[in-house]
Amino acid sequence: MVQQAALKQSPLDDLHRRLGAKMVPFAGWSLPLQFAGIIEEHNAVRSAVGIFDISHMGRFFVNGPDASRLIRRAVTYNVCRLQAGQAHYAVMCAEDGGIVDDVFVYCLAPDRLLVVGNAVNAETDRDQVASLMRPDMQATIEDVQSRTAMIAVQGPDSEELLASTITGAVVRTLPHHGCMEFELLGAPAFIAQSGYTGENGYEVIVEAGRAHAFWQGLVAARAQPCGLGARDTLRLEAALMLYGNDIDRATNPFEAGLGWLVDFDDESFVGREALRRLMERGATRQLVCLKATEKGIMRPGFPVLHEGEAVGKVASGGFSPTLGISIGMAYVQPRLAAVGTALSVDVRGRPLPVTVVRRPFYKRSG
Amino acid sequence: MAGSPKDRRYTREHEWVLLSGGEALVGITDFAQEQLGDLVYFDLPDAGKQLRQNQKLGEVESVKAVSEIYAPLSGEVVEVNPKVNETPEVVNRDPYGEGWLLKVKPADPKELDRLMSPEDYDALVATAGAEH
Repeated sequence: MVQQAALKQSPLDDLHRRLGAKMVPFAGWSLPLQFAGIIEEHNAVRSAVGIFDISHMGRFFVNGPDASRLIRRAVTYNVCRLQAGQAHYAVMCAEDGGIVDDVFVYCLAPDRLLVVGNAVNAETDRDQVASLMRPDMQATIEDVQSRTAMIAVQGPDSEELLASTITGAVVRTLPHHGCMEFELLGAPAFIAQSGYTGENGYEVIVEAGRAHAFWQGLVAARAQPCGLGARDTLRLEAALMLYGNDIDRATNPFEAGLGWLVDFDDESFVGREALRRLMERGATRQLVCLKATEKGIMRPGFPVLHEGEAVGKVASGGFSPTLGISIGMAYVQPRLAAVGTALSVDVRGRPLPVTVVRRPFYKRSG
Repeated sequence: MAGSPKDRRYTREHEWVLLSGGEALVGITDFAQEQLGDLVYFDLPDAGKQLRQNQKLGEVESVKAVSEIYAPLSGEVVEVNPKVNETPEVVNRDPYGEGWLLKVKPADPKELDRLMSPEDYDALVATAGAEH
């Protein structure tokens, strides 16, 4: 009999079950797939405010005078540029230039930064940073995943909602797309203006013991609890990457359209030489956005065809509730990557006509 | 949970059929729509198509999944519910009423004897539900 490790549970697990959420395993965690329904939750985020339990995300602080220097060696973006209160998206690469994870780096102070990464890479991210420590560096890693909960509050009404609950006015003092630490119910907490939905929104880290009060306050204020299903439809409309689908160890930042995150400055970082060579050689394929022109849904793994010939596979794909049609992303040769190129996707033996479109599929107004 | 409607018969593949005045109404069950989640597209046969009991007649696709639909009886498709592709959520909301899929002229009403009773279908769902 094969022993299976028990799924990890968020501090909010019991609340989700009480609300009748459909729970599914994801990256070793038991998480809500949906509460009211994927489309209803998706629409709530686009029109009002939705909340997501993202306690599965990897998250660790790096503290000490060399905190920025240490993180800089682990990611391709020069995080030493970040001032206190600033944050930036980044990719962590391996020596061969393959992507280890996409992360967000938040600078709270010159000697205190937070790295948030995908659940599936939580240990890998932390280990990559730790492995780059040198004897002349003063920095320590503080992994807070197990003692905190993390909640995303997303939607046009998210600022208003947060300001009206126990979080209070701190949300209004946040620098634009910035971050800060504050106190919530007498315990340390963190808030940033960032998210994975394409709407205005915030991501909050609270001590596990404060998680119930924080979440329930948001629910009482009419925020719509949202699960992994809506998290995926929302991020796909915003053409945001999902590690494991759109980016992985076999993809490099240039072909994924993330070349803007690679800083070839004076500092060394993992993958620098390989990435320099890849950049000079030029990408042999490109991640493009595809939009269906008929009914049918393209899904990950489905073949992408050009004039009947297989030219790639769908990396991410699904139904867009906002556009009312299927959308997806796939790697194709650069000569097929121009906006307007007509391709098709093999959906269970039938060709679904699709067109290469500009990213993102959806952009919020204002 | 209320049992499945007593006025119709069911298949192991979670379709239902209701015989009424010489015509059969066909749809998917509440269990099916609940498992599939938000329904998006239906691929159904046109009026005039001949169905054979237990053969695949089409597909239903939700945000998260796709499932085949099997004919619970043999006969000719008389009408396809126009609401189903305009507002597929009607099948989530009311799978036994407004969310009917097809009207079929039965070739042999006795075929329905081979299908499950509401009680037997409820028992099937009880065990299937327990696995999830």
